[in-house]
Amino acid sequence: MAVSDTAAERAALGPPPATTGFLGWMRKNLFSTVWNTLLTILCAYLLILILPPAISWLFLDATWSEATPEQCRAANGACWAMIREKHRVILFGRYPYDEQWRPLLGMGFLITLVLVSCFRRFWRPWIGLVWAGGLVAFFLVMWGGDIPVSYRTAAVIGAVAAAAFGFTRANAGGNARSLFLWLAALFGALALVGNSILRVLDALLKELFQIEAGLGGLSAFGLGIPTGLSFVPTSLWGGLPLTLLLSIVGIIVAFPIAILLALGRRSKMPLIRMFCIGYIELIRGVPLISLLFVASFLLPLFLPRGVEINDLLRAQVAIIGFSAAYLAEVIRGGLQAIPRGQFEAADALGLSYWQKMGKIVLPQAITLVIPPIVNTFIGLFKDTSLVSIVSLADLLLATKDMAIADVNWRAFYAEGYTFAALIYFVFCFFMSQYSQYLERQFETGRRKRR
Amino acid sequence: MAAPNPALSRAPATGAWWNDRRVRAIFYQMVFLAILVGAVWLLVGNTVENLRARGLKSGFDFLPSRSGIPISDSVLDWDPDDTFGKAYLVGILNTLRVGVLGIIFATILGTFIGIARLSNNWLISRLASVYVEAVRNIPLLLQLILLYAFVTRTLPDQLDPIVIGGGFFLSKSGLMFPLLKLEAAHYAAGAVLLASFAAMVGYNYWAKRRQDATGVSPPRLLPSLGILFLPALAVFLVMGAPAEFDIATKTRFRFIGGGAVAPEFLTILTGLVIYTAAFIAEIVRSGILAVSYGQTEAASALGLTRGRTLRLVLLPQALRVIIPPTTSQYLNLVKNSSLAVAVGYPDVVAIEMITMNQTSRALEAILLIMAVYLTISLSISLAMNMYNKRIALKER
Repeated sequence: MAVSDTAAERAALGPPPATTGFLGWMRKNLFSTVWNTLLTILCAYLLILILPPAISWLFLDATWSEATPEQCRAANGACWAMIREKHRVILFGRYPYDEQWRPLLGMGFLITLVLVSCFRRFWRPWIGLVWAGGLVAFFLVMWGGDIPVSYRTAAVIGAVAAAAFGFTRANAGGNARSLFLWLAALFGALALVGNSILRVLDALLKELFQIEAGLGGLSAFGLGIPTGLSFVPTSLWGGLPLTLLLSIVGIIVAFPIAILLALGRRSKMPLIRMFCIGYIELIRGVPLISLLFVASFLLPLFLPRGVEINDLLRAQVAIIGFSAAYLAEVIRGGLQAIPRGQFEAADALGLSYWQKMGKIVLPQAITLVIPPIVNTFIGLFKDTSLVSIVSLADLLLATKDMAIADVNWRAFYAEGYTFAALIYFVFCFFMSQYSQYLERQFETGRRKRR
Repeated sequence: MAAPNPALSRAPATGAWWNDRRVRAIFYQMVFLAILVGAVWLLVGNTVENLRARGLKSGFDFLPSRSGIPISDSVLDWDPDDTFGKAYLVGILNTLRVGVLGIIFATILGTFIGIARLSNNWLISRLASVYVEAVRNIPLLLQLILLYAFVTRTLPDQLDPIVIGGGFFLSKSGLMFPLLKLEAAHYAAGAVLLASFAAMVGYNYWAKRRQDATGVSPPRLLPSLGILFLPALAVFLVMGAPAEFDIATKTRFRFIGGGAVAPEFLTILTGLVIYTAAFIAEIVRSGILAVSYGQTEAASALGLTRGRTLRLVLLPQALRVIIPPTTSQYLNLVKNSSLAVAVGYPDVVAIEMITMNQTSRALEAILLIMAVYLTISLSISLAMNMYNKRIALKER
């Protein structure tokens, strides 16, 4: 019997399944096979189980306006009144309440610096000067008080300025640049040993010519330039500005160290190579928390007697040492991706080792690994939360021990941690989106797949 | 001719010996060594002097003395009268326990989520993405502290636990689970299982030899499973198949019987698994994506079945991409287990911190901590490097 194709039969079959529109999309993406349908139903069931209570806790039953803990408890939802009450202590820790516009402003500086640096068109040498200025402004605002100007601070400022200027003149030809770098080294040396030199000179003058020059007093010469703000010691700094400071300064200072470590690991000199491998593997083999313990318990033992180093700086040193090892491995990855021909061409041009690395190899290698460097920074940003274990009042510790520890609001720990988690999330999420954007720009993804 | 032939002159074009690269390299290294030795000398000198000034002793002689530390959660039997040395061992075992279980669970969960992210089911891939993004962008320490607060504050009391079913109870004091009452039959079945495993390996070796010799591949999966499980099952059934569970039961004041894990252990394990799984998921996803679709097409053009395509073509190539980063995630998991100190789980860091407080030997305690992690890190990376070498691309 021939297959008949009558209008009646066609009507009985019905129209073909929709492939467009909402129903078509559902059919394609949710119910394409029996297995898929089962999965969809299972997921939907789970969502129905979780979402409605979550939404009513987070939003519908939540207390948004100002309220006492008792009112919050009665409302049976999230108590955002707690955040309303405690957000300043979470964000700024123990920083004096009336002065908290200062950490807010400082944080604004840091965030602006990071945002500005995200634009590729600003990836120019002068951004280093912008950063130096931004960081100085941050510390001025945070510390306040009188800016102590002794000959030593002057020497340090001179060294930093000369180095910065030397680097911005990178394209101006070798001589000008190396002049500035030598100047920077000279100022740095003066800052380190100038005191002793002055004291020795003073003693010599007294011994040989019986002259009371008083040069020893010169080293203690100090002048305070008032900022008009009250002095706030680092022990009172806390919250988000501290987290940002630790991670940003951590990565900036670690960067040159990491470059040296990465170069050293590929050096032909066995002693230097062994040292770099040893350092990198040692640091990567132990958890950050043990390095923070070293910094807070052992560093005071390692230093000469009488030298005090504050808690913030100790933790910062540990974070720098830690991130330098990880960054060094990232940069080494970049160095390995540079073809041999580049090295050989630089050698053929008669460039010295530092010219070859500084002008030919490193610029290419570092550009190649910018996305993983951003990822390292995200990891570092999250890892700074570990300083709370050595009692530094970062965002996490401010939330845990200052906001949630309040007897009245103890019950609302979930709200406090959710707020802190949201802050971390926003920063990390945008940075990771940025890193993925850069990766697409550089098309390293395609190169990897080959 | 007056001009000297450059080829005949033995001096290098650069001239002076101090321009010789090798001489310079030796010089630089000597300077470096001098600075290094000087720095170490200074550090050691300062440390010795500081220790003397503070009246502190140093050395590891405290290890065999009585510790007096209370350790709530220990694999070994623990008594506060035991020594610091044994406390150290207990700490190491606790770290390893969290590390091993964490690696197993994180691998399973991470693989599922990684595959889920690639699912063509919109809902499930979206859910997996949300999970990965949320977990990866929040510090682990914050997650652990939040989780611990949830477990110890919001979960119901021990006497009124959440009944999960099957003898599992969840409460403020941790998770209770049923324990199988072990009898002779279980031990016998276990022994037979070990023997059958050897037999299965032998069968597969024979099958491989046969395939190489004749080109015909004997069936592998079903016979293997049969050889592995049937004898043990038979022994178990013959011996009466005892399957009695020791289930926690409620008395007036507490639950007795069954197995239990402490809330601290539950927190650190769950936290580590949730966190690491998100990273493993991303690795698995990228590993699967790294194998191009052409490989699947080529395999089916050769007439391989879907299962064999997966087993012989796709998996080996994906694993090559997946294994190195997964290794570093395992290392991270073990290192992150040191955050147990924040939730009060007695891992090696927590125990050595207590040791440090009681003996004031900061240097020794921190060295002991670092030694454990360095050993674990180096062994994991050694083992993984060996495995990696075996599966790496054999290039000519």
